[in-house]
Amino acid sequence: MSYLTKSPWIIHYDASSCNGCDIEVLACLTPLYDVERFGIINTGNPKHADIFVVTGSVNEQNKEVIKNIYNQMPKPNVVVGVGICACSGGVFRECYNVSGGVGELIPVDVYVPGCAARPEQIIDGIVKALGILDKKYKDSKKGGDFK
Amino acid sequence: MTFEFFTNSSFIGAVLFILFAPLIGGIVMGIDRKITARMQGRVGPPVLQPIYDILKLFEKENMVVYESQNFWILSYLIFIVVTGVLFFAGSDILLVIFALTLAHVFLILGAYSTGSPYAHVGAERELIQLMAVEPMIIIAAVGLYQVTNSFDTAGIIQSTFAPVIVLPGIFLGMVYILTMKLRKSPFDLSTSHHAHQELVKGLTTEFSGSTLGMTEIAHLYELVFLLGFLFLFFGTAAPLIGIAVILIVYFLEVFVDNATSRVKWQFALKSCWIVTAVLGVLNLLALYLI
Repeated sequence: MSYLTKSPWIIHYDASSCNGCDIEVLACLTPLYDVERFGIINTGNPKHADIFVVTGSVNEQNKEVIKNIYNQMPKPNVVVGVGICACSGGVFRECYNVSGGVGELIPVDVYVPGCAARPEQIIDGIVKALGILDKKYKDSKKGGDFK
Repeated sequence: MTFEFFTNSSFIGAVLFILFAPLIGGIVMGIDRKITARMQGRVGPPVLQPIYDILKLFEKENMVVYESQNFWILSYLIFIVVTGVLFFAGSDILLVIFALTLAHVFLILGAYSTGSPYAHVGAERELIQLMAVEPMIIIAAVGLYQVTNSFDTAGIIQSTFAPVIVLPGIFLGMVYILTMKLRKSPFDLSTSHHAHQELVKGLTTEFSGSTLGMTEIAHLYELVFLLGFLFLFFGTAAPLIGIAVILIVYFLEVFVDNATSRVKWQFALKSCWIVTAVLGVLNLLALYLI
């Protein structure tokens, strides 16, 4: 196992969520769930982050923001879409200003459905993402993608 | 007393510092995070978490916009290590202070060499912090010389009595600026380890991967050096009391870190200088009068 799985730092972005999932994501940091037990820290900085957690459906205005955050993250990184809106657009799918889930914009590794996704589910999704992160690191070492 | 670097004891001190300071610093910081978590009613990360974090950073890609930042941060790490090596080898304490300042100048240049406005504000604040703490550190060196007649740390530490007995004001002043040096709340202006940020990550915003890892390692070296500096006030005359007091001081730092919110830079600068003027200068004056 690489050390990436022991110290995953997260950047959380609210695409156009109703804030339900955001509150659940932040609930993971509270004493009840305390994700820092696993070394998980919520950073506000894409350059320090390993996991990109997106909540809510993508709208026309924040497409560039999401791409920008994703491109600023150093490799290896993973993307976790939290909530049904981030997966498919949810009930807002047909709205004139919504372009769908996050997967239509950037490659998403783990989807956590639910409205809103529960903290246990979110932690479960992040832990799944850690396995993918580890695999990406090992693959990149073989292929020599980055230093 | 003249200083010889190539004596056995100074050489051993330097090598032990280079090898074990990151480990000791990592454990101290891990316990710090554990205590912080307990104070907030959480379980907290494993004690070795800071070391895992650093090892992870070296597994990540180093994203760089302007190449020069790599050079500045490497210089920062090297000069922090030089600071500690000079200190633990028993060298001149003034040289140690200059090396420490130079190291921080490299860190500030590293932050300025990036394009981020957040890093620039962080660098400005780091300069202010440097300005705020410098007088107190110089006064501490002068005070220790007055008491022990030696500028060499090797001479200071062998003082026949603990310098803190006649330097209580300077010791308290050093404890006050320690909060700023450790970048703990309420003085975590330039960058912070906490989630509540105001400048993204301030000084370190643009650093990633191994560059960020190097700043973290430098931070661990600096932590051990600063705790060692406090130990000078006790020396070999009262080593156990010294270690106990340092542990209590560090616990208080963690407590203050959790109990206070970030202050404005104006207050940080003024309060540091007032503390320096009152505790430091009065203590020095008292020494001359005795």
